[in-house]
Amino acid sequence: MNKDRNAKQLSLLILAFLLLNFPLVGLFSKAGLLGGLPPLYVYIFSVWLLIIGLTAWLNRRPAASSKY
Amino acid sequence: MSAGIIVSISVAYVALLFGIAYLADRSEKAGRSWVNSPYIYALSLAVYCTAWTYYGSVGRAATSGLGFLPTYLGPVILAPVWWLLLRKIILISKSQRITSIADFISSRYGKSTWLGVIATLIAVLGVIPYISIQLKAIANSFDLLAMRGQLSPNSHYDTPFYADSALYIAISLAAFAILFGTRNLDPNERHGGLVAAIAFESLVKLIAFLAVGLFVTYGVFNGMGDIFTQASAVPRINELFTLQAVGLDGWEWFWLLFVSMSAVMLLPRQFHVSVVENIEPGHVARASWMFPLYLLLINIFVLPIAVAGLLLFPQGGIEPDSYVLSIPLALGQDALALFVGLGGFSAATSMVIVSVIALSIMIGNNLVLPLLLRSQQINQSGQGELNAGLLGIRRISIVIVLLLAYAYFRGVGERYTLVSVGLISFTAIAQFVPVVLGGIYWKRATKQGAIWGLCIGFLVWAFALPVPTLVEAGLLDARLMEEGAWGISLLRPHALLGLEGSSPVASAAFWSLLLNTCVYVGVSLATQQSPLEASQADLFVDIYKYRSGSSDYEVVRRQARVRDLRTLLNRFLGMAKAEALLQAYEKRKQLDLSQQKNADAGLVNYAETHLAGAIGAASAKIIIGSIAKEDPISLEEMFRVLEQTKEIVQYSKALEKKSAELERTTLQLKQANEQLKELDRLKADFVTTVTHELRTPITSIKALSKIMLENKGMDHAQREEFLSIVVSESERLTRLINQVLDLERLQSMEGRSLDLQPISLTELAHKAFNGLAQLMKEKGIQAEISLPEGPLEVMGHFDRLTQVVVNLLSNAIKFCDSEQGQVSLRAYRQGGMAVLLVGDNGPGISEKDQALIFGKFTQISDTEKGKPKGSGLGLFITQAIVDQHQGRISVSSQPGKGASFRVEIPIYGIRKSPVRAQ
Repeated sequence: MNKDRNAKQLSLLILAFLLLNFPLVGLFSKAGLLGGLPPLYVYIFSVWLLIIGLTAWLNRRPAASSKY
Repeated sequence: MSAGIIVSISVAYVALLFGIAYLADRSEKAGRSWVNSPYIYALSLAVYCTAWTYYGSVGRAATSGLGFLPTYLGPVILAPVWWLLLRKIILISKSQRITSIADFISSRYGKSTWLGVIATLIAVLGVIPYISIQLKAIANSFDLLAMRGQLSPNSHYDTPFYADSALYIAISLAAFAILFGTRNLDPNERHGGLVAAIAFESLVKLIAFLAVGLFVTYGVFNGMGDIFTQASAVPRINELFTLQAVGLDGWEWFWLLFVSMSAVMLLPRQFHVSVVENIEPGHVARASWMFPLYLLLINIFVLPIAVAGLLLFPQGGIEPDSYVLSIPLALGQDALALFVGLGGFSAATSMVIVSVIALSIMIGNNLVLPLLLRSQQINQSGQGELNAGLLGIRRISIVIVLLLAYAYFRGVGERYTLVSVGLISFTAIAQFVPVVLGGIYWKRATKQGAIWGLCIGFLVWAFALPVPTLVEAGLLDARLMEEGAWGISLLRPHALLGLEGSSPVASAAFWSLLLNTCVYVGVSLATQQSPLEASQADLFVDIYKYRSGSSDYEVVRRQARVRDLRTLLNRFLGMAKAEALLQAYEKRKQLDLSQQKNADAGLVNYAETHLAGAIGAASAKIIIGSIAKEDPISLEEMFRVLEQTKEIVQYSKALEKKSAELERTTLQLKQANEQLKELDRLKADFVTTVTHELRTPITSIKALSKIMLENKGMDHAQREEFLSIVVSESERLTRLINQVLDLERLQSMEGRSLDLQPISLTELAHKAFNGLAQLMKEKGIQAEISLPEGPLEVMGHFDRLTQVVVNLLSNAIKFCDSEQGQVSLRAYRQGGMAVLLVGDNGPGISEKDQALIFGKFTQISDTEKGKPKGSGLGLFITQAIVDQHQGRISVSSQPGKGASFRVEIPIYGIRKSPVRAQ
């Protein structure tokens, strides 16, 4: 259980690192607007929210802390 | 707005912070702390957002668009593994009572004093530029508010320092920090009140920034879409929406992410709030998503505000770093501007206060105190409490740090934007990454590796980033930038080792971290750990193992007097706290310390850990070392402690040994059993043979007697012959029985030595010969005896040795030539041995038989001569007797040429170690 969660957290770190780095960031670094907003702005803040959501989901059981 | 109003509002705000701190401290003392909450913890982490974020991000966004973001994306990328990484650091720090990042590094590498000093210097020198930009931000915002935006940019540079508001801001911040952080000495270095105030400030800056963001986006413009649509019409602003146009590539983006990832964990103030001030490690779980959420909220309006600023002030002339204040001021929103100013004030003050407190703890515990202790000054000035002295050191360091920051601000800082100066600090702090990460995941890392890695990394950093700023400030020769140090073009700060075309921060981070890591790993592999280093390494890397095991981890066995320990604790922690600690220990261990003279290793370690909380691990080690006697601990001994499985290994080894013993015993038993079986078989053989031997003469006696009984008229000669046979057979029978008895006696004697006395072998041989002389005469045997003149004394048993001679002579008589028999007996001395030689001129003994004749019941089957003449026991008995005298018996013979038996017995007086015969 604990090991499983550690692996998920590490995977999320790698995912976040890939999503928020070049070349993916470069793909969205384009001129023009997307719904009135710069595409890069929309992309980064969406990924940001996604990471927050996933991190919260992975840490959803604060009861686990009582183990230590 | 008059300066007076701004100052009084600031003072009121500070008073409010003190009020919050006071309430928090009181609730903590009452045991129902509301600081102990994941929300407060997450908010306190937001001390990461300083004036850099508050003012600087907008400024950066106005020139490089979303290029301001990596500073916040770094922490967001790292947050998912906080539960693994940050919590591990917290658990280690709690168990070791670590008080700062320098203390952490020093503690990990064998509580090294020098490493603590180096880490402290890096932290202080690295963070001073960062503090200086906070001063700049506060001073600028004061000026802006007071002058309503009409401000010439270089005002501070031109005013003399005594008239400079920034100096007074620095001084009041120092006072503020001293009041907050150095009121008393907490053994755990926790300041609940401070954390509460910081969390409150984080809330204020977030709300203020959101307020100005909403005002600009929805008050001045019609939402974000409106701002961006208007901006896309202006080519200069439109460029900001892509990274390529502002010159940001993947390389620099990556390094900006990297340094901010390290900064959010390792900056002295971040370490302080996230690790030292942490109450419950479990709070990390919630903080790991709430902190990124906070960062998102405080950053979401940065780009819109920057773009709005560019749209509103197209003619320029206003520093983008101050857009947050300038926009409300320009639009006449004084109240909002004041609130925004207060938010900026919160961001800057919280950073400055926590930073200088964290640095002052480091300077006090890891720099000043160890050096003082090394020079033994404190040991001599023994009276009074050092408590006040420690606080004094910290207060002075707070003032010095802030004055240095002010000096940097005056000399350098004003020429640069907030973000570019901040990144210099981030890169300095990133030098801690290899030693900290290696420290908690790589046991092999050594103190030498850490020292060299840090030093190299720091030097490269210093050369690549702060030195150029000093050049631009005119403090160093400008040729350095063009031609490189000492004219070597590879040593140009901004094109280090020929790496050009990369931003200064990216190349400085790359080179410093590359060299730092390589040296750290290389030197670690090339050097050995001391026992203390190895044990600390084990504690850090395997913290979960030690936490789950409840036993105290005892590396160094030391002894000290209870009285000395008490005095030390009193001196450094104060009477009340020292007493409380000792009582807690007594309670836990169920003992009465007043009854004990000497403190055991457990108490010494307990005292050291708690002292470390007040004065740092390295200092505590030195102080305890001054009163405790240390048993030198060998590596072997330590590994015994380290390996938890060792006991089990030993147990299984013992088992193995036992089972090997058992196996051996079984084998021995088996062998004994075999021997017994063999003996049993021999016994059976013996009985069969003896019975057979007895039956032969009896049969012949019986048969002859019967014939004589039945034939009354047997002639006299015949009868005579028969009777003589009966007599000789009876004699043979008697002899046989005697010999069996002899054998029995000999065997029961086995293992016991005979009662030996010095006897004359010459006399013995003579007597035995004479006994048989008559018999030989009767048989017509030519007997010959030759004995030496002098005495030939041996240790022996007279009767037994006589039996030997008689046996050999009887054999010789028995086997010598029946017609012209010859028997000889000779005795002489040869070396240390007395030799008896008995010879005959019989048929001799074949070589094959020579090997057998000394065995039991061996009779030389002489088919031509009919029945055997002996019992088969004579020579066996003879050999046994000779053996008992440590002698040898051998035979030499050739078939047809007689046989000669040779007996050797050590001469009395020259007897040495027993020589056993074959």
